[in-house]
Amino acid sequence: MKTKNISDQVDPKFFKEHQKKLYQSLEDKHTTIEMQDDDPLNTEMVLNMGPQHPATHGVLRLILQLNGELIQKAKVDIGYLHRGVEKIAENKTYQEFMPYTDRMDYLSPYSNNVALCTAVEKIADVEVPERAHYIRMIGCELARISSHLLWLGTMVMDAGAVSFFIWTFREREKLYDIFDHIGGHRFTISHARIGGVANDLTDDAMSLIKEFVNDFPQELEDFHNLLDRNRIFFDRNREVGVLTPERALEIGATGPTLRASGYAYDIRDFAPYARYDDVDFEIPTRMEGDNLARYYVRMEEMQQSIRIIQQCLDKLPKGPVRTDNAKQAYPSKDEVYYSMEGMIHDFMMTDIGICPPEGAESYHAVEGPKGELGYFIQSDGTGHPWRLKINSPSFKNLQALEDMLDGEMVADTVVIIGGVDPVMGEADK
Amino acid sequence: MDLELSDTLKKVIDGLSDQFSDSFIEVYQSTGDTFVRVEADAVVDICKYLKSTHHFIYLNDLFGTDRFTSEERFEVVYNLISLRDRERLFLKVRLPEEDPRLESVADIWKSASWMEREVYDMFGVHFDNHPDFRRIFMPEDYEYHPMRKEFPLLGIPGSIELPSTTPDTE
Repeated sequence: MKTKNISDQVDPKFFKEHQKKLYQSLEDKHTTIEMQDDDPLNTEMVLNMGPQHPATHGVLRLILQLNGELIQKAKVDIGYLHRGVEKIAENKTYQEFMPYTDRMDYLSPYSNNVALCTAVEKIADVEVPERAHYIRMIGCELARISSHLLWLGTMVMDAGAVSFFIWTFREREKLYDIFDHIGGHRFTISHARIGGVANDLTDDAMSLIKEFVNDFPQELEDFHNLLDRNRIFFDRNREVGVLTPERALEIGATGPTLRASGYAYDIRDFAPYARYDDVDFEIPTRMEGDNLARYYVRMEEMQQSIRIIQQCLDKLPKGPVRTDNAKQAYPSKDEVYYSMEGMIHDFMMTDIGICPPEGAESYHAVEGPKGELGYFIQSDGTGHPWRLKINSPSFKNLQALEDMLDGEMVADTVVIIGGVDPVMGEADK
Repeated sequence: MDLELSDTLKKVIDGLSDQFSDSFIEVYQSTGDTFVRVEADAVVDICKYLKSTHHFIYLNDLFGTDRFTSEERFEVVYNLISLRDRERLFLKVRLPEEDPRLESVADIWKSASWMEREVYDMFGVHFDNHPDFRRIFMPEDYEYHPMRKEFPLLGIPGSIELPSTTPDTE
């Protein structure tokens, strides 16, 4: 569809001059409207939203066929951010690929790190120390809260409340501080390593996590108090973007989008990784499948995350944080700086990397904040994956979005996109 | 090789080799995952059978791989989940290098629609009877399939025209 020369394509019947002027002024804007020729009242039109639009959470293009304010059909166009991460993965060692995973779902980098690590550990048969598992779980759950907080802020902003966004970001700021102390970076931390984690939790990090775990439930309570009985928020979300249970499964939704439609499918429970089978938590589900249900599911997930972190802090065992096998994991920095062997091993790990057996195939998934995040690896015996397929939740949820938009009001589009919580960095893999 | 199969998967494998003895090629395990390889022309029937009889109602993923130098070059893998039995099964088909073609399963699982489009886009595998067969990541007029092994990492210079950076002088 063309973004220029709208006025050539339309043939206004009433107030010709006025409408021509309007179309002309439209041409330079981001939104393009195409009128149907045989529709004298101009109620039917094709509306292009995006690819760059504040409500699309990245570069997502929606083409909506409207009848008045009603969306008759919707198509989603993705691929504007295609970065070829799978191709890059084939040309890098497993550990070298780690920083790229941070940038896939950049709202929860830690979950992505853990997803790649556990997949490689599974195919290369690497044993991970107990303490590293618990640190990873803490990191993953903090990442989940961080991601859900951003979703909450932007979704409420899409529904019309701006200051709420600042409050959720205040909480995320605390999480960034924690990640800064855990891994030395605020945003893309790449803290998980094959065979464990990069470094142990410092005392500062521990006290920050404890403080956050103590304070956050009260914040969450306040968020609930503000939103649950808020007429505007409630009415804008209830029965909006309904995805029935059968439909959700059929269209391949995952994560909170699937759980809000009644299926308690959660990888932490379906195929537990790390030490999720040692902690107690519930999988929040709802039956309604509308935007409000997705809101409740995510809010309760944050609560459960706090519960998991508390148990991890209680159970955190002592011991090493990375496997002590130079052929499987990086040596510690002490060894690298002060011993020749350590330095050689460090080079070898980066240059050649870990080599899974030839012909091995493996799939491993973790429950990211947005749903099942899986890595399928085919190995040819070298340190580079022969094929690395990323099963990204946003891609699957976006397909559900295409389905959900049909028959909705155009004003609800942004709220529905917000409710699905897609991240284009992950969908356009 | 001895297989360590759970009771449900054993039932599934037995059922498959009984019902589709002509199309069933092999079953193997790698790092704990179970893979079943079948003939390409029976894939729709097998998927229907797996969904209706063994409750694999959730198509988790569908993707292609490139075996490059091997006889049958392309491989399409179906990642199936049975929520009732809590099992995961991988179904595989191999396709020749010349005109790789496969029947679409989008009628069985709606979610296959985008995934098949992705396989087509990245590997050039055609899916017959697909409801909406287009490229998904790359533009429609792009003539290469980037995930094929011979496609260079840096791309092919000039393979696609970039939009003008100065819109006013179009």
